[in-house]
Amino acid sequence: MELCARELAVWRGERCLFEGLDLTLGPGQLGLVVGANGSGKSTLLRVLAGLATATAGVVTWRGSKLETLPFEHRGDIAYRGHLDGLKRDLTVLENLRFHATIWRGPPEFDALLEDVGLSAVANVRVRHLSAGQQRRASLATLRLGASKVWILDEPTTNLDTNGRGKVAAWIRAHLASGGTAVIATHQPDELAQKGALVVEL
Amino acid sequence: MSAFGAIARRDVQVAMRRLSEAANPLLFFVIVTTLFPLALSPNADELREVGVGVLWVSTLLSSLLAMEGLFRADADDGSLEQLMLSPVPISVTVLAKIAAHWLMTILPLIALVPVLALSYSMPLAALPIMVGALVLATPTLSVLIALGAALTVSLRRGGTIVGLLVLPLTAPLLIFGTRATDFGLHDEPAAGPLYLLAAFAAFALALGPLAIGAALRVGVE
Repeated sequence: MELCARELAVWRGERCLFEGLDLTLGPGQLGLVVGANGSGKSTLLRVLAGLATATAGVVTWRGSKLETLPFEHRGDIAYRGHLDGLKRDLTVLENLRFHATIWRGPPEFDALLEDVGLSAVANVRVRHLSAGQQRRASLATLRLGASKVWILDEPTTNLDTNGRGKVAAWIRAHLASGGTAVIATHQPDELAQKGALVVEL
Repeated sequence: MSAFGAIARRDVQVAMRRLSEAANPLLFFVIVTTLFPLALSPNADELREVGVGVLWVSTLLSSLLAMEGLFRADADDGSLEQLMLSPVPISVTVLAKIAAHWLMTILPLIALVPVLALSYSMPLAALPIMVGALVLATPTLSVLIALGAALTVSLRRGGTIVGLLVLPLTAPLLIFGTRATDFGLHDEPAAGPLYLLAAFAAFALALGPLAIGAALRVGVE
């Protein structure tokens, strides 16, 4: 149950973003990716999620390469980047329902909406929500799957203090239940905890 | 199967809420096909002969207009990358999206063809064959356009390029589709070209989604 990266390197044209990067994260472990703007944090996360391919090196989950992941382990890795992955013409609830079907999660929407503070806007189209509310809805969909690895790219962007606290609590709960998380952030203090692995780019 | 249904339903739902967008290709089709009789000679026999070609080419162009952005909205809001990471095989996702868009944009277009065919003074007896040929040809057409749309998903304005990529590949559909319709028009057996169109559709629907999935994987990087 380990997410491993070996000798990862990513080049963008003539520019090297990172090279020789090794990373091993087991159950309950948190990896924090920090670095200046443009240092390749997002790229690293996309490579770890299997959305982008590295110039060199391999990423493995449970011992198999991401490209050849056995069918039963597909969906183990969840990624939330800068785009929220919500349909703007559908309501919050419709989006959650869709995610629950696709990721085979438990359809317990009421409690979840209550928890993210979106109960009042459950039947409002995502288009009409504020940026922070959209982010909350996007992160709420994370909990509609049984993903073991959460890969989050600056999850607290646009969130208020209360929202930041919620996200930090969810991540802690996810880690406590044996999950793994890799998070790119500019505020590592908010999420840092004992045993967190810090990757500096 | 439930995932297929969920993705198709979601796309239909989104299209229903942006009905004007979904209706544009349809209106384009109606306008183009009604402009032609105005520009051509009013001789009924001549109209009938060119009508087949005009209706088929307009169908190709309107379908292209309707589906060239099949994946762009999903790429822009991030749902495409979510679908690619999800446990649902990408070819199922692709097939579901094609099915939804065929249903929402191309099926209404085919439903209008009999009405428009009358303005080309086509005999009613020829219409079932023409509609049948369109029903058999448009799945292949949708797969081809989806492939173009997948290859250009990362481009801001991919519309024209999709046309350049895909339209040459639609030549066989056009040839056998108009052939079948011509046969129908002249009361000859049209089974041959119809079988061929059906074979194209089976081939495209079986292998197309795999190719489109591979193109999307490159596209989201």
